[in-house]
Amino acid sequence: MAEHSAEHIVSPKTYAAVLTALLIGTALTVYAAKVDLGRFNIVLALTIATIKMTLVILFFMHGKYSPRRTQLVIVAGFFWLAIMLGLTLQDYSTRHAEPSRSQLNELPSSLLRRS
Amino acid sequence: MHRTGELFGQFQTLEQQKETATLGMWVFLVTEILFFGGLFLTYSINRHAYPTAFGIGGNMLDLNLGFGNTIVLIASSFTMAMSVWSAQTSHKKLVPLFLIATLALGSVFLGIKVVEYKQKFDHHLIPGHSFDITYCSNNPAACGLSGKALEDEKKEIEEGIQAEKANPNDPDANGIVALNAHAQLYFSLYFGMTGLHALHMIIGAGLLLWLIFEARKGRFDANYNTPVDNIGLYWHFVDIVWIFLFPLLYLINRHLA
Repeated sequence: MAEHSAEHIVSPKTYAAVLTALLIGTALTVYAAKVDLGRFNIVLALTIATIKMTLVILFFMHGKYSPRRTQLVIVAGFFWLAIMLGLTLQDYSTRHAEPSRSQLNELPSSLLRRS
Repeated sequence: MHRTGELFGQFQTLEQQKETATLGMWVFLVTEILFFGGLFLTYSINRHAYPTAFGIGGNMLDLNLGFGNTIVLIASSFTMAMSVWSAQTSHKKLVPLFLIATLALGSVFLGIKVVEYKQKFDHHLIPGHSFDITYCSNNPAACGLSGKALEDEKKEIEEGIQAEKANPNDPDANGIVALNAHAQLYFSLYFGMTGLHALHMIIGAGLLLWLIFEARKGRFDANYNTPVDNIGLYWHFVDIVWIFLFPLLYLINRHLA
């Protein structure tokens, strides 16, 4: 035991509390999905999922008690993910709208269906 | 390092050795985050392009089975965490018990997934030659659809056809063909993402079997529990992937149903 004195042991009580929070989060997200919030349905669903993920990483995966070095690797992983998702999605969401069908009909057919 | 709890020459303390193993596991999990991230990105772009077809596809999944599976998987993460605690506190008898509980819950998850896949097969929702998004609304008896659920689905598909006709991105759209094409895109991603997730579960189940075998020999205790800890990290990661798959695949358009 002596060599492992620095290893943090998370108590079953904490694990049970996290389990309860995750189950409540799951019930909440199913309930919220049936209420019409327009575009905020997706925002709320992803917010709840992110909170659940954070709980799993901090407690089940001991992220809260890991050395700084390990925490840096975890954060870096999500940083690269954010670059991939963020930059690609800002590209797709800011592209000009495709031409309408009537506009397309005015174009010579040789220009159509390039893709 | 896999077989014993002895200190290897390149480390100064057992604690440092353990931290290194954990760090290595996290580096692997970061590659997994980006691996699944690519699929989530593909899903987001296509959902952005074809919101109606993706909404119809999502509403054809069985919410109760998806919800039940989420509960089962979260519970399995809890039992996995408890097996790590048992090892850390040298409750050697408890370690295999919690691992067996984790494996059992993981198997229930995969079993429910099989039931879901079979249902999609019966409902002609496997991408390919026989894919037909209108199969259930045309053959309600075969899908057990009736009453309001049937009317809702017919209405949804009719609205989907109208939306596809109005979509300027598909100048040749004649409604149903485009709707079937885009709904197939949704189901391809559904099977791709849940399939890859299930493959991770199957690999996890194999790892758990080995752990149970070793734990029954009383191998893991406060001094040496690296394999339990690292396979635990893997199992929790697979849980996190499902935490995002569930709302994105099952829930996103329920408010319109």
